[in-house]
Amino acid sequence: MVGAGGIGCELLKTLALSGFKDIHIIDMDTIEVSNLNRQFLFRQSHVGQSKAKVARDAVLKFRPHISITPYHANVKDPDFNVDFFKQFNVVLNGLDNLDARRHVNRLCLAAGVPLVESGTTGFLGQVVTVHVKGKSECYECQPKPAPKTYPVCTITSTPSKFVHCIVWAKDLLFAKLFGAKNQENDLNVRSSDASSSSQQTEDVFERKNNEDIELYGKKIFDHVFGYNIELALSNEDTWKNRHKPRPIYSKDISPIELPHQNGNQAKISVGGDISSVSAMASMGLKNPQDLWSLNENSAVFLEALKLFFSKREKEIGNLSFDKDDQLAVEFVTAAANIRASSFGIPLHSLFESKGIAGNIIHAVATTNAIIAGLIVIEAIKILQSDTKNYRMTYCLEHPSRKMLLMPVEPFEPNKSCYVCSETPLTLEINAHRSKLRDLVDKIVKAKLGMNLPLIMHGSALLYEVGDDLEEDEVANYAANLEKVLSELPSPVMGGTILTVEDLQQELKCSINIKHREEFDEEKEPDGMILSGWTPALAAEKNGSTSTTENGASTSGVSQATSLMTEEDDDLQIIPTQPGGKKRKISDLSSAATSDFSSVAKDTKIQRKDVDGNNDVVMLDDGSLGNSKKKIET
Amino acid sequence: MNGEELTEQETALYDRQIRVWGADAQRRLSKSHILVSGLKGTAIEFCKNIVLAGVGSVTLNDDRIVTEEILSANFLIPHDESVYSGKSLAELCCDSLKDFNPMVRVSVEKGELSNFDVDFFDKFDVVVLSSSTLSTKISVNEKCRKLLKRIAFYAVDCRDSCAEIFVDLQNYIYSKKQGDEAVECLLEYPSFEEAISVPWRSLPRRVSKLYLAMRVIEKFEELESRIPGESSDSDLPKVQKLRKQLSEAQSLDESQIPDSLLERLLEGRIEFPPVSAIIGGILGQEVIKALSGKGDPLKNFFFFDATDGKGIIEDISKQKP
Repeated sequence: MVGAGGIGCELLKTLALSGFKDIHIIDMDTIEVSNLNRQFLFRQSHVGQSKAKVARDAVLKFRPHISITPYHANVKDPDFNVDFFKQFNVVLNGLDNLDARRHVNRLCLAAGVPLVESGTTGFLGQVVTVHVKGKSECYECQPKPAPKTYPVCTITSTPSKFVHCIVWAKDLLFAKLFGAKNQENDLNVRSSDASSSSQQTEDVFERKNNEDIELYGKKIFDHVFGYNIELALSNEDTWKNRHKPRPIYSKDISPIELPHQNGNQAKISVGGDISSVSAMASMGLKNPQDLWSLNENSAVFLEALKLFFSKREKEIGNLSFDKDDQLAVEFVTAAANIRASSFGIPLHSLFESKGIAGNIIHAVATTNAIIAGLIVIEAIKILQSDTKNYRMTYCLEHPSRKMLLMPVEPFEPNKSCYVCSETPLTLEINAHRSKLRDLVDKIVKAKLGMNLPLIMHGSALLYEVGDDLEEDEVANYAANLEKVLSELPSPVMGGTILTVEDLQQELKCSINIKHREEFDEEKEPDGMILSGWTPALAAEKNGSTSTTENGASTSGVSQATSLMTEEDDDLQIIPTQPGGKKRKISDLSSAATSDFSSVAKDTKIQRKDVDGNNDVVMLDDGSLGNSKKKIET
Repeated sequence: MNGEELTEQETALYDRQIRVWGADAQRRLSKSHILVSGLKGTAIEFCKNIVLAGVGSVTLNDDRIVTEEILSANFLIPHDESVYSGKSLAELCCDSLKDFNPMVRVSVEKGELSNFDVDFFDKFDVVVLSSSTLSTKISVNEKCRKLLKRIAFYAVDCRDSCAEIFVDLQNYIYSKKQGDEAVECLLEYPSFEEAISVPWRSLPRRVSKLYLAMRVIEKFEELESRIPGESSDSDLPKVQKLRKQLSEAQSLDESQIPDSLLERLLEGRIEFPPVSAIIGGILGQEVIKALSGKGDPLKNFFFFDATDGKGIIEDISKQKP
């Protein structure tokens, strides 16, 4: 079992009850308060401990005579290599991110071990399926959803949705103030294009020795919500067709009386998370679902900033946003709301903001239980080699042909899948401008999902990662990373064939290099195009829908068939080629799309009807355009 | 609106599910009271789900003393004789369920459910019977229907890898999303007795064979005064005889109820744990829907058979004249 979270707890329990006697379980996570509503093997007193270990202990209480081996570790650790995977009869995934799923998929293919894969989005909307090498499609045979991207100027200068404000507050402002110093950050680039001001802006964010914390807070406030907006306004072209933002200064904010009773002590954070420090609590704001006024947001902003510097000073410089860090969520909520006020965008509650910023995916116990049951049924068939009866089961939100659970035969492998069939890839790239680093980061890691890649040109090794490298090799590869392709020791040009390999995943593919001079910065921000590879689907949904009430019920099959994740990959800024002006910020709307939506939309579902009748099924009420499925017996 | 708001603690604990069904629904859940009678594997799964979801209270009814067999299907009871000896199944499950979610009140009601009078049921919003006899299902369902308030009634049976859920929400009004508009819908549910009296010939076309087979087994156990699920394959000849009688009386070809299916149901004294997990999950969802008013509830039977993997809804109500 990989994953001891929502599905993992249910799965481990059901496996144990069903008579499985030797179970290994890997999970790198520790238990959090917000897990307790569905990860029923965990209790309040376990918060902070390893999920895999606590889950094992909990199950052994009612099933003492079976063997459960927990690993509090990342499944991508080199210890979990192909040989490790080979010792199992079947691998069951209860994973929460694309990256780890791809990794496990490859190891299972390499080890020849069947994989049962699943996922959940909330109330109803998922699918359980079996991946067997050569017999059925692998996890990567179908395109996976890609995060929607925003042009960086939308974030830095012209936000029009609340999610833009959240991204700004979290990835730019929070990172600038509390994250690692010297990181590239677009916070000022747009608002003060004049290079002369760069020195000055650095000074603003750096808190001087003994600088009064209240004054410092107001200085930051005035700079980002006042001065920067004024600067942006000075570029009149920008606002010809847009609503002009309003600068907000701290002096315009009427002070709020802080209730200095027992506020702070009374609010002991429910879980003893990493911080029990809360600006909200010291302000007397209780309900996270309330909308705060601009005044309240401003006060929370200043108070949170102050608390960071007074109570958590040691962490400053090392902090990255964490949705379970109460104070961080408060700061980001307040900052996003003040910015939203500036730009005439509706404000949001802390609860909603947390969902957007933390990219939180719905999850309830009932669906996890159903999914786990379906996984175990498939696992038992695999152990019985009942290959004809493997099924991919859709859990539908709205019944189709009276069915809520709809089994179909698993899909055939995709013959052009670069993971489970050996299809060569083509990469268009400017060999005179792109560096090896760009190739490694944007293609080998981001697109091909390799963990420990090795790149060869003929017999010449251009790049390699690993613990067993000599110092001179490490230096050599580091130097290669910064070289443009055509200037590598073994030059890479149009016509070159590169071999890219991940020894851990035992995945190897060939990339034909095609030189191309120009790329469209808007449409091709990577400055390179990989083809022959199943591209990621662009997410269409607005990011904010991922947190709307009952959001899981908005459509039929597109969600009903999604193999989604709890707390999926976070928002991040993806840098582009050097010299390129644009950057993209990935959207959280990946939450709203699905790995399998394409399957539901475009693929014929082959299904043996047990009753032996031919029939055509509409999986949906037609909201999905081409959702007709031909059923073939 | 004091007391109506969710507490800070509730918001933190239920964070993820509030994102699914909303704070309103969570508030309604936290004020609801549920009775569960018969604590086999599926009912245990169901209890776990609703306790985690944060209902107001759960009352458990099952006076049986724990046996090896019961233990094998139960993840609530520690495998430790010093813990389980001398206590009833309901008492043991109660102790564990309390632990799952301290915000839910879990208690035990002793006694035989069919002996309770109408007033007893008045304190519940949902009544769930698991592995009950035919007569208990009918009588408890009728008692629930006599009360002024609407009590959602469910009967669940899981045998081997097959399962049936019956739902009676009486007259249930809910708003359904059609495109962007919310449309008010009314569902009229028959009682269990009314549903199973629908002549077999007027059942929906290609009705699930499980429905028919379950009626035969249920009737057999009633006639023989068996505890539901306590039959075995040695009973098959008698059951086949009953099938023939019932089929003839209903003018149905008895091959519609295959021997293989009857055999599986008779042997299924132990519930197949993955099926319990699935059915406990579906039942949990249905109860949450009914309590919160969110989502389309199923009407009025649900069948699952792990051998074909289909989960099917059947609407078995009297034909409108």
